[in-house]
Amino acid sequence: MTATLPVYTKKDFQTDQEVRWCPGCGDYAILSAVQSVFPELGIPKEKFVVISGIGCSSRFPYYMNTYGFHTIHGRAPAVATGLKITRPDLEVWVATGDGDALSIGGNHTIHMIRRNVGLKVLLFNNKIYGLTKGQYSPTSEMGKKAKSTPYGSVDRPFNPLSLALGAEATFVARSVDVFQSHLKATLKRAAAHQGTAFIEILQNCNIFNDGAWESLTERDVRDDNTIAIEHGQPLVFGKNRDKGIRMNGIELQVVTLGNGISEKDLIVHDERHPNPAYAFLLSRMDGTPGFPTPLGVLRAVDAPRYEAGMNEQVRLAVQKKGPGDLAQLLRAGDTWEVR
Amino acid sequence: MATIETLPRKRETLDQAVIRFAGDSGDGMQITGSQFTNTAAVFGNDLATFPDFPAEIRAPAGTLPGVSGFQINFSSRDVFTPGDAVDVLVAMNPAALATNVADLKPGGILIVNVDNFKEVDLKKAQARTNPLEDHSLDGYRLFPVELTKLTRLALRDLGLDAKSMDRCKNFFALGMCYWLYNRPMDHTYKWLDEKFGSKPVLAEANKLAMKAGYAYCDATEAFQVRYEVPAAKLEPGLYRNISGNTALALGFVAAARKAGITLFQGSYPITPASDILHELSMYKEFGVMTFQAEDEIAAVTSAIGAAYGGALAITTTSGPGMALKMEAIGLAIAVELPIVICNIQRGGPSTGLPTKTEQADLFQALFGRNSEAPIPILAAATPGDCFWMALEASRIALKYMVPVIVLSDGYLANGAEPWKIPTLDQLPEIPVRYRTEREGFMPYTRDPNTLARPWAVPGTPGLEHRIGGLEKQDVTGNVNYEPLNHERMVRLRAAKVAAVVQDVPDVAPAGDPDGDLLLVGWGSTYGPITAALGAQRAKGRRIGHVHLRHLNPLPKNLGEVLKRYRKVVVPEMNMGQLLWVLRAKYLVDAEGLNKIQGKPFKQSEVEGKIEQVLGELR
Repeated sequence: MTATLPVYTKKDFQTDQEVRWCPGCGDYAILSAVQSVFPELGIPKEKFVVISGIGCSSRFPYYMNTYGFHTIHGRAPAVATGLKITRPDLEVWVATGDGDALSIGGNHTIHMIRRNVGLKVLLFNNKIYGLTKGQYSPTSEMGKKAKSTPYGSVDRPFNPLSLALGAEATFVARSVDVFQSHLKATLKRAAAHQGTAFIEILQNCNIFNDGAWESLTERDVRDDNTIAIEHGQPLVFGKNRDKGIRMNGIELQVVTLGNGISEKDLIVHDERHPNPAYAFLLSRMDGTPGFPTPLGVLRAVDAPRYEAGMNEQVRLAVQKKGPGDLAQLLRAGDTWEVR
Repeated sequence: MATIETLPRKRETLDQAVIRFAGDSGDGMQITGSQFTNTAAVFGNDLATFPDFPAEIRAPAGTLPGVSGFQINFSSRDVFTPGDAVDVLVAMNPAALATNVADLKPGGILIVNVDNFKEVDLKKAQARTNPLEDHSLDGYRLFPVELTKLTRLALRDLGLDAKSMDRCKNFFALGMCYWLYNRPMDHTYKWLDEKFGSKPVLAEANKLAMKAGYAYCDATEAFQVRYEVPAAKLEPGLYRNISGNTALALGFVAAARKAGITLFQGSYPITPASDILHELSMYKEFGVMTFQAEDEIAAVTSAIGAAYGGALAITTTSGPGMALKMEAIGLAIAVELPIVICNIQRGGPSTGLPTKTEQADLFQALFGRNSEAPIPILAAATPGDCFWMALEASRIALKYMVPVIVLSDGYLANGAEPWKIPTLDQLPEIPVRYRTEREGFMPYTRDPNTLARPWAVPGTPGLEHRIGGLEKQDVTGNVNYEPLNHERMVRLRAAKVAAVVQDVPDVAPAGDPDGDLLLVGWGSTYGPITAALGAQRAKGRRIGHVHLRHLNPLPKNLGEVLKRYRKVVVPEMNMGQLLWVLRAKYLVDAEGLNKIQGKPFKQSEVEGKIEQVLGELR
């Protein structure tokens, strides 16, 4: 199979459609990363399907030279689920945003994750509604002043990773639009995952929420404000790599290395930890004063997949009963002959 | 056959009989009715049933809202309705009596369980006096039977507790009705053995209760007459009893088999549609994939996803769920993917009457989406017709690459009738062609005859393309907001649905081909209209009946047929929705016969309207 696979380049995944995102939008960087990664996955181009809902992020399929389906607001996970159940041979990716996936489509998102359907989900999080021109979103920080909240928002935001982990996601990761190599590596990890692979991509909307992530991306502060977590590695961060995370009771604690504290006192990241509570703790570092924001793969475990279970039931039923006999089915139950 | 020696009795042969079993929703009335039905069906009667049960699973026992009923009309002739009035009423408690006795014919047989007519039972049913003593039942042949006590007596040796014994008293009543209509019990024996395979003592208990009821009638000489209802002269063939929901499920399995593709059902539980999901979930060996979605929207959108991938995709629901699906149905219209949406209508608006029938969602089906979004709509006329409508809807959806709505209702869904089982060669062909040629491929080119776009499913090399809910450029399918292109696309989508008319047979009125009055119906009103037509024509009236199975597009010759009669009457279980469509489309001065009570029409109600209208013509 792989022997006959054409050698693809990034160009093979670009369409002739004019890209209609605002100049400077973080979506361009995400598109570029995905178009760079797809050729490297060893999958025939016609097997890729990109499905989206509504919003700026959901224009994504139009710019990918694969099968693509721009559906309706919030419903991409459900459309993708129906496709993946009946066509498990396909590589189905979902492009969505914070409003699409967590507000109008919140129900589909949690149930897709709960079922562990074999879909890759790219959640572009810019903490704002862009396409409808600047309302606060379910990930906007409390007090957010936006078009619909001139006095500041009064509701608490969702943390997308915590939400996914609460639904027992089997693969949870985070990357950033401008961290291209990290983003590509994370996409490859997601591509390799069986089951729902959920990636939150921090993305800048330079029109309605510019700089929303700059405390994580600016060169002078990013090393102190983020932590790149890797399986098997201790949780170390900081410009001088002098800070770390350790357990203190059931809480995480930031410590400075030295003065008797060494790397061996720190948590060694275990993305395969069977208890989602561990990854959940990591996800809660966001916005906790003094803690860095985790980037990378928080969780990657195996669990039964919905579409595999469904197809297996069909296979076993056919094996046990033989392929259904329609004439016999119609005659099932009590019958009588009228002469 | 299991037989019990019987004393000689007077025998009377009837054309037809109507029995209603009424009791508490925990009394097993639906099972009792179904058993009598299946026995009558196997015996060869034509029949129609009307199960009528509360939305509450167990309303407080013995209360008026908790009453569950099952009516069967069985006959040696063609049967079209469950019957306007009842010959035999079995009332298991005062509440069942109070809510049902008005439908019992004068002089009709009334069997009551006197053990449930104590002070406390009467109070629960809000009865001020005991109807068994206050002479309010003097016009009926009342048979007060100690059903509970006699059932316990019959089961005393089985070692069951009182509660388990009391659960068998419905079979005592069933045994009585079997005796009364001289029916064999072996069919029900067999059913009990299968149902209680792992608990043979319960099968035995119910058999004993049934035999006791049968023997009671024999021994007490309470009943002076036994009735015979001979087999009907149905069209020769192999028959089974079928409900509308089962028929729909089987129809879709058959359609997928004929099309040679996978059947996918996305559905969310809702009364009265859930049985279709239950039924289809059993047919894994047919490759059927059933997905119980997280909500109605996921149910329809998962179906759209499956259709995108090349499956025969359906979603099944009732009115409130239909409302939730509408945005997605608009998407299916825009992306031109074939799905079938079944709406098993119930009383509304909002949650309305979940277990009661209505046909008030025609406007919703026609107009429920934003913007210009026409869609083919089919409506099944009888429980058995649901099978054919499932096939027809699938065939149209796949041929025209279009979503199709099938309207059924609670009465068809749960009602049953003998159904002549088709042979496989009687099923329509459903050709399916996925596009594979790269040469000249564009996602929105069209078949000149059907205007269908090509079905290019993901995984096909070289046909990678994008579709979506944004307006598309004609032919290329690229996003396009140009004014004239939008108008062209709106008109193309409408023209495609209009083109379905080439698959809609012309209507040929039943009864008189022209005359004084035409009855136009759709859906489950078929039975009462047909029965009324026969009765009125027998009186020399010149009337016809058109029953529409295609509601959009309407048959080509309908306008011409409407003009052949002096008056047009449209009986509907709504405020006049088809009536409105016919008046608007054909400028015909039709009038409605409307009933919005959660119950089907009675034959007499339709006849009353016919007589009124014809009277005014004179």
